[in-house]
Amino acid sequence: MNDMTEMFIERIRAASAAKPLCIRGAGSKDFYGNAPQGEVLDVRGHRGIVAYEPTELVITARSGTPLTEIETALAEQGQCLPCEPPRFSADSTLGGVVAAGLSGPRRASAGALRDYVLGVKLLDGNARELNFGGRVMKNVAGYDVSRVIAGSLGTLGLILEVSLKVLPRPVAESTLRFAMSEADALERLNRWRGQPLPIVASAWHDGALTLKLAGARAAVDAAVRKLGVGEAAESGFWDALRDQKLPFFTAETLWRLSLPATAPALDLPGEQLVEWGGAQRWLKSDAPAETIRAAAAAGGGHATLYRAPAEPKARVGAFAPLPAPPLALHRSLKAAFDPRGLFNPGRLYREL
Amino acid sequence: MAVPGVQAPTPNSDGQAALLRELAAILPPSALLVEHEDLKPYECDGLTAYRQLPWVVALPSDEAQAVAILRACHRHRVPVVARGAGTGLSGGATPVAGGVILSLAKFMRILSIDPLACTARVQPGVRNLAISEAAAPFGLYYAPDPSSQLACTIGGNVAENSGGVHCLKYGLTVHNILKLRVALIDGTVVEIGSDALDAPGYDLLALLVGSEGMLGIVLEATVKLTPKPQVAQVVMASFDDVVAAGNAVAAIIAAGIIPAGLEMMDKPATAAVEDFVHAGYDLSAAAILLAESDGTPEEVEEEIAAMKAVLARAGARELRVSQSEAERLKFWAGRKAAFPAVGRLTPDYLCMDGTIPRKHLARVLTRIAELATQYGLRCANVFHAGDGNLHPLIMFDANVPGELERATEFGARILELSVDVGGTITGEHGVGIEKVGQMCVQFTREELEAFHAVKAAFDPDGLLNPGKAVPTPRRCSEYRLTGSAR
Repeated sequence: MNDMTEMFIERIRAASAAKPLCIRGAGSKDFYGNAPQGEVLDVRGHRGIVAYEPTELVITARSGTPLTEIETALAEQGQCLPCEPPRFSADSTLGGVVAAGLSGPRRASAGALRDYVLGVKLLDGNARELNFGGRVMKNVAGYDVSRVIAGSLGTLGLILEVSLKVLPRPVAESTLRFAMSEADALERLNRWRGQPLPIVASAWHDGALTLKLAGARAAVDAAVRKLGVGEAAESGFWDALRDQKLPFFTAETLWRLSLPATAPALDLPGEQLVEWGGAQRWLKSDAPAETIRAAAAAGGGHATLYRAPAEPKARVGAFAPLPAPPLALHRSLKAAFDPRGLFNPGRLYREL
Repeated sequence: MAVPGVQAPTPNSDGQAALLRELAAILPPSALLVEHEDLKPYECDGLTAYRQLPWVVALPSDEAQAVAILRACHRHRVPVVARGAGTGLSGGATPVAGGVILSLAKFMRILSIDPLACTARVQPGVRNLAISEAAAPFGLYYAPDPSSQLACTIGGNVAENSGGVHCLKYGLTVHNILKLRVALIDGTVVEIGSDALDAPGYDLLALLVGSEGMLGIVLEATVKLTPKPQVAQVVMASFDDVVAAGNAVAAIIAAGIIPAGLEMMDKPATAAVEDFVHAGYDLSAAAILLAESDGTPEEVEEEIAAMKAVLARAGARELRVSQSEAERLKFWAGRKAAFPAVGRLTPDYLCMDGTIPRKHLARVLTRIAELATQYGLRCANVFHAGDGNLHPLIMFDANVPGELERATEFGARILELSVDVGGTITGEHGVGIEKVGQMCVQFTREELEAFHAVKAAFDPDGLLNPGKAVPTPRRCSEYRLTGSAR
């Protein structure tokens, strides 16, 4: 346990628009978003689990706490973070996980990381310590700023502490794999979505659909009987998918397309891996960014240039451009929390 | 009682006359209410203790009209308060003096249901339950189920981030909304969220949900639908004291079970309810718990057996499991009718809405009982035990001089107590005008400033539902001095 709030306050006070700060944990997500800029403010020293009460289903920890430390504490009590944020390194911090807002294989069934954020303590651009949300499940006092912090890539404030909802680990789990085309996989996933089946994760890649079933033992067994046994998947598949350690993810250029789950198979060149029942489609492609973004938009979603060399990313931006009215709201919100423009300039959008 | 401390920019009478002419050009005469007797039904929402006549009520029937009304009000700097069914319990739809009520009552169309995507696109005036009814032929339903779901609208649910008795497992409104079409005060229409599972940039959807009509007006919502569980069953457990009942809740969670619903009622609540709906509650118990399991038949059988074992170990005196869907609904009917049931016992009541860490339940209930004695008022408690959301129902008679003031103070003490034990002043009903004073207890001056800055980012002139939810610094000084902002 170590509280470094005072040091952070000094650093924020000393920063300026000309000398902005790059808030950083273990740096395992330096690749994500636009290029980090500014003087590094390392939060790793600000660590420790502040409170964890399993029967309250809430854990509170400082931003520098490694995610692995949190997950170990949860596992000891038979609990977990169902949103399964990726662990790009053993040192990935809670602050980085929340700032990036990425969710793992179970997202479509269990919810996104933002759905588990109950409260956030942060330092704003005036170095004021602010608490939003809290440590209880239901809380509608004030605007829900803590969920907005999830995925804001550190552009609104320095996260000091986060409270997350946690849940019991499923009693039973089973993995099934079926050989089928992408179109067949999407068709089946569409059909299954509206049924009360305990499908908690899905991944289609290279001619095979892998399903994860989880829940009560009886429910999982019944679903296995209904869906058929299929082939065995390699052990550790879901962890490797979650942490993006599968060979598929070793691409120099990787796109993440977020689409309505019912969108048909995309007619884009390159290799794909489809998750979240069809709602998240990873694409390794050298097609022009404009083509990919247009295809995603036409399908009702958006495309993130997830991993890429510096040049194309700087040119097209990591994230799909925003139309003028929401961009104006983004700028006003940024100004509300970070009026001097100190935190992670340009990381999310160059205008912020 | 007059609405406390709502300071809104008021236009001069020339401006009002001009605005009225513009509104009359946008709307047919039947959709623009100006006469006293027509305005009267809009003077309050579910928080009936506070009343204020609006200046006019506008009832647009499509987006073009709604946007034109907002533009006109924005130009004339006249405040706008959005209103759905008016069932809110915190005064979120209480009119502002000199302001316009923008009723979304005519926006009642279910625009589409996509059974493959498990989504419904609906207008804001669609009732919560109507969505589930429309989705039922596809084996789907809309999960959040506030007690008022027969009447309350999805637009209001979004504004308040409404909960219900099943949110521990299925989430709040914020977890079940995918996309909103929102009009800002200047008439700009923005799509927030997406038909995918996320949208680029800041999570504005999270900000809009629960913003109490202060950031934008919902014109359309795309909601998530959930496959209807094949079966559901509920265990009803009686306890001799509330502490044991509270511990039983923790024991269920500790056993790795997340029930579909987990509710507690104390003796005054069960007595009120039993008389009203004859749900078969054990009236000699100090508290009863309702624990529901849903899913496949196998799953429910397994979970009900597990919960029965835990509840028995935790000291439940009597356990009853619903043996039919009719019986399950009967058990729930009592809980869902708790507010009207208490309403039959007393001319008036205030419903509190704090959320507390569950471990402090005994301390909080003990203190509430002491406060009831101190203020000389009765109080029944219903509790969303799974998520710690406590609804003390304070009974009073507004016609007895001083009782409303006593009830209000009693309520304020309960909310302060919720904050003291690490909770919040409102779990699902919203701040509105009712709890705006207690916001000064839960948040620091700097935090409230941040909320005002968020508001200004969307509505720089402060015209949307002004004076609600976030107190001014002056209001807080008054509250801290007097212990009451009223």
